[in-house]
Amino acid sequence: MNDKGKIVTGLIIFVAIVTFPFWYNHGRAVATPEPILTPEAKAAKQCVRPIEFMKTEHMLLLDVWRDTVVRDGPRIYKNEEGKEFNMSLSSTCLECHSNKVDFCDKCHNYASADPYCWDCHIENPKEKK
Amino acid sequence: MESSRRKFLKIAGASAVAGLGAHSILNALASEEQAETVEIKIGPKALHAKNWGMVIDTRKLTTSADLKPIIDACNKIHNIPIKLENKNHEIKWIWEEKYQHAFPVLSGNKYANDRVTKLPFLVLCNHCENPPCVRACPTQATFKRKSDGIVMMDFHRCIGCRFCMAACPYGSRSFNFRDPRPFIEHESKDFPTRMKGVVEKCNFCAERLAVGKQPACVEASKGALVFGDLRDPDSKIRKVLKENYTIRRKQELGTEPAVYYIV
Repeated sequence: MNDKGKIVTGLIIFVAIVTFPFWYNHGRAVATPEPILTPEAKAAKQCVRPIEFMKTEHMLLLDVWRDTVVRDGPRIYKNEEGKEFNMSLSSTCLECHSNKVDFCDKCHNYASADPYCWDCHIENPKEKK
Repeated sequence: MESSRRKFLKIAGASAVAGLGAHSILNALASEEQAETVEIKIGPKALHAKNWGMVIDTRKLTTSADLKPIIDACNKIHNIPIKLENKNHEIKWIWEEKYQHAFPVLSGNKYANDRVTKLPFLVLCNHCENPPCVRACPTQATFKRKSDGIVMMDFHRCIGCRFCMAACPYGSRSFNFRDPRPFIEHESKDFPTRMKGVVEKCNFCAERLAVGKQPACVEASKGALVFGDLRDPDSKIRKVLKENYTIRRKQELGTEPAVYYIV
C-alpha cells in the first residue's frame, strides 16, 4: 500500500469528474417549457384526445397512427366524442400546431428527445420554404 | 416438521389463489379502462380491390412526349428528387425504358416488328403476386398488403440494406444516396419526402386510393392506363385484358407481375 496517496487522489479526481454535471448545474434549474398554442389550437380547446392524454401519450398515439396508416391502411381516427380525424402528422397535427418551433421543439429540446419525424415529414405545410 | 410443511403448503396455496384472483381483477379493470370509444376506420370514399393491377396500352403511348406528363404527375405528388444530376443517384418510381431492357427475353427475337421494338415503354413497380423484394427484406419494411396486394414500403423501418434492390428483377427500386430534400422541384405537402439511406419505389398511389382517387399516372394518362381489380371478373381491367393480347415483364421468373402491356 505504498501508492495510497496516488490512489486516493485518483479516486477524488474520478469522483469529481463523474459528478461534475450535478454540482455544475446545481441550483440553476431551467424553467419548465411552456409550449405556445396557436390561435387555431386554442380555439379548438381539445386536441384529438383530452389534453392530459396528449401531454403524456402523444408519442404512442402517433406511433399507432403511423403503423396503422402505413401498414394496414385505415386513415380515419374517431375519438371518444365521435369526432373524426385524418391520421396524418403533416395534415392534421401540424394544421393546428403550425408553430413547430414554439410547440414541439420546446419540450423536445428540454427533455432532450430527438424524434426523426422531420427528416421526412414536412414541417410547416402552410409556409412553403 | 410435519405441521410446518403443512402450514407452508397452505400459505403457498392460498397466496397462489389470491394472486390469480388479483390478476384477473386487475385485468378486468384494465380492459374496462380501454373500453373507451376510440375507433380506427377506413375512409368512406376509399377504393377497394382484392388485387390491384394495371394495363398499359402502348398503342396510345408511342413517343416519349406521351409518357412525360404521366411521369411528371407521379414525380410531382410524391416529392421525387428529379434535380439529382448523378445518374447513379436517380430516384425512379415510374419511368421510360427501352424495349430490350423492359423485355430482355422477348427482345432475343432479332426479326421482331419495328413498331414494338422502337417503342418507349412505361415501367414501374409490378406489384408482383410473389414479390422477391418482400422475401429479401430483413426488417419487413417492404411488405405485400394483404387487403389489396399492393407491395408497399414502410420507410420508417427501412435500414437501407438494399437487399430488395438486388432481389427485384425489374429495377423498380431506388436508393437515396443523398438527402433528397434539396433536389425536389415542387414540395408537395400531402406526401412526406424520404431521407438519406432508405429505398423507395412506386406504391400504386395507396394514399390516393384511400381517399377514392385513381393513381396519379392513370389520371394523367388520358385513358392509356387502366387500373382496377384483377380478381373481379366484371371489372374494367379484366374486360380490357380479355379483349386485348397482353404481355408482362419477365413473366418466366414466376413473380406474377400485376402490370400488363398491350402491344
